[in-house]
Formats: sequence, structure tokens, C-alpha cells
Amino acid sequence: MNQPPTSDFVPLETLTGSAPRSRYWRDLDELRGIPRPEPPEDTGEFVDQNTRRRFLQLAGASLGLAGLTGCTRQPTEFIYPYVEPPESAIPGKPMFFATAAPMNGIAEGVVVESHLGRPTKVEGNPLHPASLGSTSVHSQSSVLDLYDPDRAREITHLGEAETWEDFVQTLNATLAPLRESKGRGIRLLTETVISPTLGSQVQAFLQALPEAKWHQYDPCGPHSARTATQAAFGRPLNTYYQLEQAGVVVALDSDFLACGPGSTRCARDFMARRRRGDRTDMNRLYSIESGVTSTGGKADHRLPLRYAKVETFARGLAAAIGVQGAGTSPAGFHADWISAIARDLMASRGASAIIPGDHQSPAVHALAAAMNLALDNTGKTVVYTEPLEIRPEDQVESLKKLVDDMNAGAVEVLLIFGGNPIYNAPVDLAFADGLRKVKTAIHVGLHLNETSQLCHWHLPEPHFLEDWGDARSLDGTAAIIQPLIDPLYDSHSFSQVLDVIVQFPGRSSYTIVRAYWMAQHKGADFESWWRKSVHDGLIQDSALAPVTPVLAANWAQSPLLAPTEGNTDDELVFRADPYLYDGRFANNTWLQELPRPITKLTWDNAVLVSPATAQRLHLENQHVAQLEYRGRIIEGSVWISPGHPDGSITIHLGYGRTRSGRAGNGAGFNAYLLRTSDAMWSGTGLEVRATGKKFPLASTQMQQSMEGRNLVISAPVETYKQDPDFVNHIQEPVPRNLSLYPPWNYTGYAWGMSIDLTACVGCNACVVACQAENNIPVVGKGQVLARRAMHWIRIDTYYKGSPERPELYYEPVPCMQCEDAPCELVCPVQATNHSTEGLNDMVYNRCVGTRYCSNNCPYKVRRFNFFRFQDWTTESIKMQRNPDVSVRSRGVMEKCTYCVQRIRETEIRADLENRDVRDGEIQTACQQACPTQAIVFGDIKNSGNRVAKLKALKLDYPLLAELNTRPRTTYLAELRNPNPELKETAS
Amino acid sequence: MTVAERQLESTRQPDPDVSLPVIAPHQSFAGVTDQISSAVLTTKTPIPWFVAFAFALCLVGVFVCAITWIFAKGVGVFGIEIPVAWGFAITNFVWWIGIGHAGTLISAFLLLLNQSWRSSINRFAEAMTIFAVMCAGMFPLLHLGRPWLFYWLLPYPNTMTIQPQFRSPLVWDVFAVSTYFTVSLLFWYLGMIPDLGTLRDRAKSTFARFVYGVLSWGWRGSNGHWRLHETASLLLAGLATPLVLSVHTVVSFDFTIAILPGWHSTIFPPYFVAGAIFSGFAMVLVLAIPIRAVYGLQNLLTERHLNNCAKLMLATGLIVAYTYLIEPFTAWYSGDQFEMYMVHNRAVGPHAWTYWGVIFCNVVVPQLLWFRKMRITPKPLFWISIAILYGMWLERYMIIITALHRDFVPSSWSNFIATLWDNLALYGSIGMFLFLFMLFIRFLPMISMYEVRTLLPFSGIHGASQK
Repeated sequence: MNQPPTSDFVPLETLTGSAPRSRYWRDLDELRGIPRPEPPEDTGEFVDQNTRRRFLQLAGASLGLAGLTGCTRQPTEFIYPYVEPPESAIPGKPMFFATAAPMNGIAEGVVVESHLGRPTKVEGNPLHPASLGSTSVHSQSSVLDLYDPDRAREITHLGEAETWEDFVQTLNATLAPLRESKGRGIRLLTETVISPTLGSQVQAFLQALPEAKWHQYDPCGPHSARTATQAAFGRPLNTYYQLEQAGVVVALDSDFLACGPGSTRCARDFMARRRRGDRTDMNRLYSIESGVTSTGGKADHRLPLRYAKVETFARGLAAAIGVQGAGTSPAGFHADWISAIARDLMASRGASAIIPGDHQSPAVHALAAAMNLALDNTGKTVVYTEPLEIRPEDQVESLKKLVDDMNAGAVEVLLIFGGNPIYNAPVDLAFADGLRKVKTAIHVGLHLNETSQLCHWHLPEPHFLEDWGDARSLDGTAAIIQPLIDPLYDSHSFSQVLDVIVQFPGRSSYTIVRAYWMAQHKGADFESWWRKSVHDGLIQDSALAPVTPVLAANWAQSPLLAPTEGNTDDELVFRADPYLYDGRFANNTWLQELPRPITKLTWDNAVLVSPATAQRLHLENQHVAQLEYRGRIIEGSVWISPGHPDGSITIHLGYGRTRSGRAGNGAGFNAYLLRTSDAMWSGTGLEVRATGKKFPLASTQMQQSMEGRNLVISAPVETYKQDPDFVNHIQEPVPRNLSLYPPWNYTGYAWGMSIDLTACVGCNACVVACQAENNIPVVGKGQVLARRAMHWIRIDTYYKGSPERPELYYEPVPCMQCEDAPCELVCPVQATNHSTEGLNDMVYNRCVGTRYCSNNCPYKVRRFNFFRFQDWTTESIKMQRNPDVSVRSRGVMEKCTYCVQRIRETEIRADLENRDVRDGEIQTACQQACPTQAIVFGDIKNSGNRVAKLKALKLDYPLLAELNTRPRTTYLAELRNPNPELKETAS
Repeated sequence: MTVAERQLESTRQPDPDVSLPVIAPHQSFAGVTDQISSAVLTTKTPIPWFVAFAFALCLVGVFVCAITWIFAKGVGVFGIEIPVAWGFAITNFVWWIGIGHAGTLISAFLLLLNQSWRSSINRFAEAMTIFAVMCAGMFPLLHLGRPWLFYWLLPYPNTMTIQPQFRSPLVWDVFAVSTYFTVSLLFWYLGMIPDLGTLRDRAKSTFARFVYGVLSWGWRGSNGHWRLHETASLLLAGLATPLVLSVHTVVSFDFTIAILPGWHSTIFPPYFVAGAIFSGFAMVLVLAIPIRAVYGLQNLLTERHLNNCAKLMLATGLIVAYTYLIEPFTAWYSGDQFEMYMVHNRAVGPHAWTYWGVIFCNVVVPQLLWFRKMRITPKPLFWISIAILYGMWLERYMIIITALHRDFVPSSWSNFIATLWDNLALYGSIGMFLFLFMLFIRFLPMISMYEVRTLLPFSGIHGASQK
């Protein structure tokens, strides 16, 4: 790191907030006579076909761009007075556009809400197979990434601003001699490329310059699955699951319900056979896992096993199912579990699934594939297709080759598209040392990150909401990514940079993507096909055809499936962070402050360890532990995690960034510093030492025991079948009309909500959706520690049973909208009132901030602005806000409103159409995002409505019924489906 | 105790305390007036006054800084959070209001009950009330999220045609405390008018004559003046007496109206009133004992006063102890899991130290007052009073914190940690109280001259009132 930290001088701060820094640059540029790009010159494009929308986009963008143009010159061109409002754009009425949110190149179809050209909220695309209307946490939070004030804003060369033209000129000059040698010395390093357009461009690039090489590296991803299919089936295949018909699911260290691409759909399908436990064919989930995940918490049987033992277990299970040649587990190794699960699996042949986790070894993946074949699941619940990747390869090997070449001085020009290898490459590769030997390193990315700091050039990349592109979902369905807004900054996509290299510059991303699909489209009338595809957010019938793989002979002996060596030393397990993933989302404050599943930690990763192991190693909660692993040492704060396997330590990747921006810098510790290329996910030989130092971790839930209270009511489905009224036997129903006053007669709608605890997987999508919809501020680690997090809905997580094998329960808690609300009674200024539709309205303008309402709320769902938590100064953040929701200031109480803005909007629309609001017409933000449809909202007065039907179920119960607050939000008791054979072993 | 002493003891009247003189023997009208007025007008201000005043002034500075910071940054500077949304500010509010109660009890309640011994302490006890209520009144404002809108708690005609929400006890508080302050201030001032007249007549400097002249409203001591003064005093005493009971009852409603275990309890009104008087008398003694020593007022503030105050403390202390006892019983008797947990958590939870501190300061320590020696010896009495003041503050803290930090849903449970600003606001308010009190004893007659004169054995021949 001898290179000067050039990017120190780059204005990382806000658009307008860092006037002194921006001015410094401007003055310097002017001194040097470097012409500066005027961002609004992009408006040259908006005179073409899409005038109306582009205009609106610009109108929104100008808010942010104003800051960039302020100091020097005003644009002299393209000022369009708003004389004639664009057709169909009604101020105050949002418009919705379908696009796709890529995660590791894998798309989740989304519909983005746009207010006067500003994308504000991401919803799922009901037409898209990966979404079906729901969204993952990452799609929800992507809109904040767009407005991240720390994004890279200008092309920089050694930290100094340059223009695109300069870049192109310099690049061409550099490439000229290399082109003559057919590209020798040119290297491309990308993340996994799945986008068909980008793929075709890369192929074209490789054709044009055959001596150039393309490397791919993603620190997290389905590497094991790729290797396993290569070994088992002889070629890499893409795997995805269709769990709607799966009666028995075994998760081998997989968090398929809540994490990773495709989890949204998996969770929905899985819960389709579980939601509302009055179904007789409830499915069953076993989770064998090396950590504590949302999926494990949801499982009917959860067995914590060390990482290496999961493989042993898989071998045992495979042998029990009848898979030949894959070995077995030692006798007595969880034999009861293995035999019970095997029997269960074989009883539902063709309707079961074994799902290995992305971070498990290739051997586990291969065993799972073999078991799925043996169980006749392949093609039914487990589907294989040709790979989504343009070029499947062993990415670690690919990166190793690149580093070797760099060290050998064979790399003249390295183009790094996205990614952050300096931060996340295996530490033993010493990528940075290699990179320093490269003559010209160019990094294209959203942020000036650790890698761009060591590259000569950095080019800002457009966010997917700013740019055209395409992506595939796990089943192969392609979707066109259309932009919602003109790029906020002077950014250029990979495609455009590749165009420069192959000397075909000047095309916009739009032209590139369209040209690709024009070539692909076989039928007639491309224009209407294109329009429909863009409009729908997916390309019809583009899913890849399933393939029926055959096990290769001697697959189990393949060197790719080397058994994970097992010993009894403490083992270290790396996992992608459920929200920051590999670290790319580190600067997303919503994700940083989103409580991690189970631990409820925010703003930090932790050294996760079981209670017994903590005791053995003399570790205490929130004390710093030193981890020594293969000669490298890092320190991290300990979090004792009940249910974690003993002798194993889990650390999450994605933290400890140094150059991610204001939110991500310094949050947590960098687990990559221990990650080596030969043990990407786990290894033994770890030494853990207590240091005696303390480091506080900000968890949003400090008490995870129910204290014997009936908060989450749950029972095995058998109990429910025998005694459908069991809920009322656990919790006495409160007689109605205990009040002295006659009940209020609701003449209009009576809004209510039902939350199915059986279906909730604790994924937190609702929490981010609520945050995005309702302009909920983030407060930072200090304020989370001070118990002032602002989320309007929270997922309470409780442990039950022993600390070694606890059962886990999730309970989403929004405002209960009590009919006899304790909060309303005590407000001295009538700031919280009951509406005629039964909502607890919160009148921000009237609130003086006595906080009495919060004290008197038994559910503690009210949130107070102890400070001015809202960011009033960062222009780009302002653009994200939902204009239909007040931005609360300091000293004001706030809480869940049932998304009253959506209710009113729909009521008004229904009124105008002279009809009643239809059932399901109003969706609250949490409901809409929920992958498992656990949340149902509607008018409870109309007994035909879905919510009313759910409330009529015997499983329905209000939280803390004995207080007689008569909540409008009620819960459906959680049903689980334990295997009677395993009853004693479980918990 | 020697045999002789015991014999002496037995020769005394049945109640030995009554034998303690209310006022030292050999006092004269002029002597009393001289002694009290000279403290304001002629005597050199004693050094301890300057020390105390400087100390108080420093704390006022701290208070001003704290308030500025709180208003500038928001109530987030306090340790409050969700679920413990009330913390030091409300504790301080209840504590200060409680302290005020002793003054009103002495001046109004005891006036109606014809307790003549009250005459030598009522003036500064009333001053204490005023200043304590002033301190108390600041805290609800300081703890508001948006303090600049405090007037929305007042019913006033406005274009929004919106009124306070009258079911909220916080609105009742506004009425209770403002009424209390108004009546106390009037009562105090009215009672001072004859003495202000005396100061006017005795003042040497023109400025002092002018100021006291204005303040005494042309008091001439005529028969008619005295008659009206007496009537007004009695009327105000009649008004103020129910306030002794009502104000803290209303304050206790802030808690009882809520549904929280630990707050929602019908015993709170008598419990709070007793506690208020308990702490109020402790404050009276904490103020009286040093003043008495510094200003040589032992002849007017006799052991009889110390003894009576201590007895009242003991009595109210026992009422408070009774409620401490009855709370766990009610919780157990109710069978309510939340109530039972609250009691359990109070006694052994993370804030158990507050509970046991309260028991020690408010129940154990006051038992010393069964000993007469403790009641009439200033030093131990002073420290007992300090312990009670601390104990009563801790009690309010315990009620607020232990009920809030672990209520119904364990997922929201937390711990309350006070911040620097919590502490500075508390100490600052003590400073403001002391500051005002120091100004009072320097510039106003700290003991009612005309009322003490009536205590002299020969006062009857002047036909003054019989109090």
C-alpha cells in the first residue's frame, strides 16, 4: 500500500454538502485548464423517442445535479420550460416500471415506483418467476444504493478528475500496441457474467483479441454447486429448486428460505404447503447446519453440526437412501436422525428435496445431487439446466492464474469490471502485490473502493436503476433491465467500456442491449416484442430447458469432491453476510442497520460461537477475541449464539471495509483477512484467544427468552389436528365488550391485519420495505446501542429450550392498531387518535414528544425521534423519499400506520370509480414484500375478505390478549410438523 | 441515662415533646424583629452564605449549559430510549413537586389546624415550595421532544380549534401544578406583606426603601389591613390545603392511568402524597438546620421544630413503608404474571440496587427517628434527612425505570443508563433551587416576624391573633 491514497481528494461526501472539497477540485481543474463535463449535457438524449419520461427523470435528477453545477457555469443548453405537462404524468401520482434487480448477475424481477422521475421504491414483479410479486431484502434496499451519496461521481485518473473522452483517448493509446499482438497482455476481470448482452460482448472481445484473457471472480456464489455438477454429471449445470410440491426438505447447511439468489421464490414455494396449517399435507423441513440461520430456525428439526460433519452426515444419509459408492458415516453418528430422515425422504420419493448450502463443500453438493437423483426428485423439485453463466469456471483458479500472470509481468492492461478483489480475493493470493505490477489498471464500479484505490483509472458505473441491461433468473428467464432515471453521475457501463476496447464506441447501453436482443429475436415484429418484454419486465419463454443429468461413473471418486478432512480442532467457518453479502452492500445504511437474523446484530459482524465453546475458550459476549488461523491474526467481538455447533466459529464476510463510504468504513472486522484460496469456506487449525478487551455490539433485541409468556403460540400440527381450539386453551380468549362504553360502530372500512407465524421465515424483507416506503431514518450504531432504532416493524426472535439445541421462533411486530389503544388515552395533545376505520392515526404535526404513548404501549412499537435522525442535507438521499409520507423531524413519535398513504390513495381511487375498495387492492409495504405471504391486510368487516377469513380461523390470536387492547393485528399460531420418530431427539 | 435524669424525666408532663418550648425564653417583640430583619438589612452577610451562593451559582451555570444543549440537540442527549422513554426528567419532576409539599402543609394545613409552632418555619418552608415547584416545572418542558410547543397542553382558543386531550393525566398535571404554583406564590407573598412593610420602615438605603415599599403595597399595619390580611390568609390557606393532597395525587395519576405493571396501581395517590410530605420535611430540615446554625436562630427555630418535623417524617415514612410492603402483596394476590415479574425484577433485577437503596433510605434509616435524641440533635437529623431526600429521589427513579425497562414483551426489554446530561440537569436544578433560596434568605425575611411575635408569651395583650 505504498501508493499514495489518491482518492482521499475525491469528494466522497454529499452532492452539495461538501462544497469546500468540490470547489477545491473545480478551481484546480480550471487552473489546469481541464474541461469539465457538464452532467446535464446528458440531456442531449432526451429529445429522442422517450421525451416524456426522460423529461421527468431529468426533472428529478436535476435536484441532485443542481449541486454539481452550482459553482462554475450554468448549462447553456437544453433548458425546457414546463409549459405543457407531459401526457399521463400527473404530479403526485407515481408511475411504475418493470425492471430487474441483479444480484450476482441473477435477476429478481421488480416493479419500481417512480415519483416525477425519481425511483423511490422497489416492489416485486408479479409476472416474474423469481419474484411473483415479492422481493428480497436486497431488491428492496437497492434504491438506496442508487442514491448513495458516497458513490463515485467522476472518472478519475490517479485521483484526478478526467473526462470520458480523455479516458477513451488514453485507453486507445495504451491498447494500440497490444491490439497488434492480438490483445496479449490485456486482461478482463469481472464478477460472474450472466447477462446475455454483456456475455456476447465479452465473447466478441475475446474473438477480436484472442490473446486477451477473461477472468471471473466472485468471493461468494454457487462455486461448490458448479464444481459438484462438474464432478457428478461431467459438466457444470445450474441447479434450482421447485419446492411447491416438496413434502420433505432437507437443508444441508443451506439458508434457502432467506438468503441468496432465488430465496424469494424458494420461500414462497416452500411456504405454500405450510401457510395456514389447516392443510393436511404440511411439508416438513430438516436443517443440518453449521451456523444458526433463518432456515434452521424455521426447521421442524434442526441439527447443529460442525461444517465438516455436515458432509459426514450427508454421506450417512446418502448411504441410508441407497446412493452407492459415496461412503457412509461412522456407525452411531446421529444414526437416529439419519434413519428417520432417510425414511421420511423415501416415503415421499419424487416430492422431496435435499438442498445444500452455497458455502458447503462440493462433496456435499454432489451427494445432494446424487440423493435427489436417487429419490427421483430431479426434474420435479430439483431442476437442472445448462449453466446461466456465460463461461462457467473455477473462479478461484481463474483468479490465481491472473495473479500469477500479474506477478510475472504479463499483464499490461487490467480491466476490473465491478467487484473488489483487493478486499475480497483470497488473502494468500496477495492480489494487491500483483496489481501493483500491472501497467494500467482500470476499475469500473459504483464506488471508489479498496480496489479502485490501487487502480490507475476509476470509472463510475451506473446503478442498475440508471442503465439498460439484462439478466437471468435462476430458471434462466431473461429480463431486460430498464433504467428509471438518467445516470446521476458521469457513469459508463461495462458494455460501453467494452465497446471502446473492441473499437466500436459511441453506442449507448440502450442500443447495445437492444441490438443484442434484436439479433436473438427470431419472430416477426421485434418492436412490439421488445416493448412487451420491457414493459412486462421479462422475456416470455426464455427460461432454460431442464436437462436430465446422469451420474458420471465413479463420480464419488472425483478429485473435485475431496472429502473435507475432519478433525476435532476448532474450525473456522466463513459465511456471506445475509445482508451485506460479500461486502458490496457495506455502504447501504438500511442493510447495515437491518438486524441480522437471530442475533439481531446491526452494524457489525461478530465471532459467533456456541455457549459451551465460549465457556471452554473463556470468551464472553462482546469481548474481543483474537483469531489466529494459518499464521494470520484478526480480532473480532464475540457473540454467543445458542444453537451454534460446538467447536466451530462462524465469521461473516462483508465487513471491515476501509473504502466503502461513510456507512461501511470501519463497521465490523474483515474476515477475508483469514480466507485462503484452499479453504474458501471452512478450515481447521484455528486458535482463539480472549484478549480481555471489550467491543460493544449493537443488537436490537437483548432478551430472547419469552419468559414464559404467550407471545408466540406454537404447536405441532398433530396437536392442532387433535385439538383445533388449542390456541384458546393456551391463551384464554378475552370476553368482548368489557368496556363500560358501547362499542364503536364502524360504518366504513375496518382495516386489519393477520400475520401467519407459520409462514414467517424472519428474512426482514418487510422491515426494509417498510423503511423504504415510510421514509424511516437510520440512526447509526451508537443510537442502536442506545435502543433507538427506528424500524416500524421488527422481527422478534425467541429461543425456546436448551441453549445447545434451542427452538427458534420469529414474530413480526408492527403496530397492533388496537381498538382500545392505551397510547391514545394518554397523549395530552391529541396527537394520536382513532380513525373511523380503526387505525391509530399518528399526527406528527401535533406531537410535542411527551413519549407517554410509548410508555403505555404494551407492544413497544412506537419509535421516537430522539434527535433529528433524518438526513436533511444530503441531496441524493432526499430523492429517495416517498412524497406521500411525512418526513419526521426531531422530537416526534412515529409508528406503523398500516401504510395509511396507500389506504387513502386506494380509497380515493375507489371513490372516483364509485365502488368499494376490493379485497387485496390495498397492500401494505410489508405485505407486498413478504416472500411467504405471511402478512395479509384488508377490511375485516367483510367476512368474505381474505383477512377476515384468516381471523376467523381457530389459530388466530391477539398478542397479549389479556390486556384487552383488542388489536387489529392478530397472529395465526405457528404450526410445525415434527417427525414423530424424532420427537425425543428434537430440542 | 442517669437515675437523676430518669427522675427528672418522670417529673415532666406526660408528653415530653410538648415541654420543648416553641420559642426560646426571654424574647421580646423588638428583639425578634431586630434579629430577623437585621439578617436582611444590617448584619454583614455571613461567609457560609457566600460559599453556598457561589456553589449554587456554579451549578446554575451548569444548568444553563445543560438546558442549552438539550434544546439545541434534542432530548436524545438524555439516556432515555425505547422502552424507557421517561428517565431522570420525570423523576426529577416528581421529586421536586413532592418536596414542595411540606411547605404548603406547614403554612396552610397547620395554619388551619392551629399549630402555632409552624410560625417560625412557615416562611422559608413556603419559599422552599415555590422554588421546588419552579424546579419541578422546568423538567416536563426539558423532557418534551418539541419543547417550543409546550403551550399545546394548555386549553386556549386557537384557529385549529383543537384542545388538549383531557383524558391524559399530563393535562391534569398542567392544571394541578400551575394551580399549585399560583396559590403557593400568592400565599407566600401575602404572608410576607406585613414583614415587607417592616423592612421598608427599617431600611436605611433609599433604594431598599423603595423596593420594599413597592413590594409591601402600602402596608401600614392598620386594624383594617390586619383584618383583611387575616381573612385573605385564611381563605388562601383553605384553598391551599386540598392542594397538599390533590397535587401529588394528580402527579401519581401520570403513572396509575398507564397500564404498565408497577405503575397501574390504586395505592399510588396516598403513597405519593405521603412520600411527598416525607421528602418535603426532609428538605425543610436540610435547609433549617444549617440556617439555624449560621444565622444563630436557635432561639426561634428550636428543638421543638426539629422534633415536630422529625415526627412528621417518621409518620409519613411509615405510610410509605406500608405501601412498599403492600405492593408485592398486591402483585402476588393478583396472580398476574406481569405484576409478579415486575416485583421480582425490582428486587433482584439489574436495578435491584435502587430497590434496596430505597428500602434502606426510606424505611431503615427513618427508624432512627424513634429515638428522641435523634429527633432533636441537628447533625444526625440533617444526615437522616439527606438520606430520605436521596431515598425519595431513588424511589421515583425506581418506579419509572423498573416498570418501563422490562414490561410486557421481552423482545423490547433493555437497560436504562443515565447520561452526563441527565446528571447535569438534576444537579443543575438543585443548584437553581439553592441559588433562589440563597437570594431569598439574603433579601427577604426568612422567618415571619409578625407571626413569631405572636408566639411570645405576652403577645396576647396586644390583641394580635391567637395563632
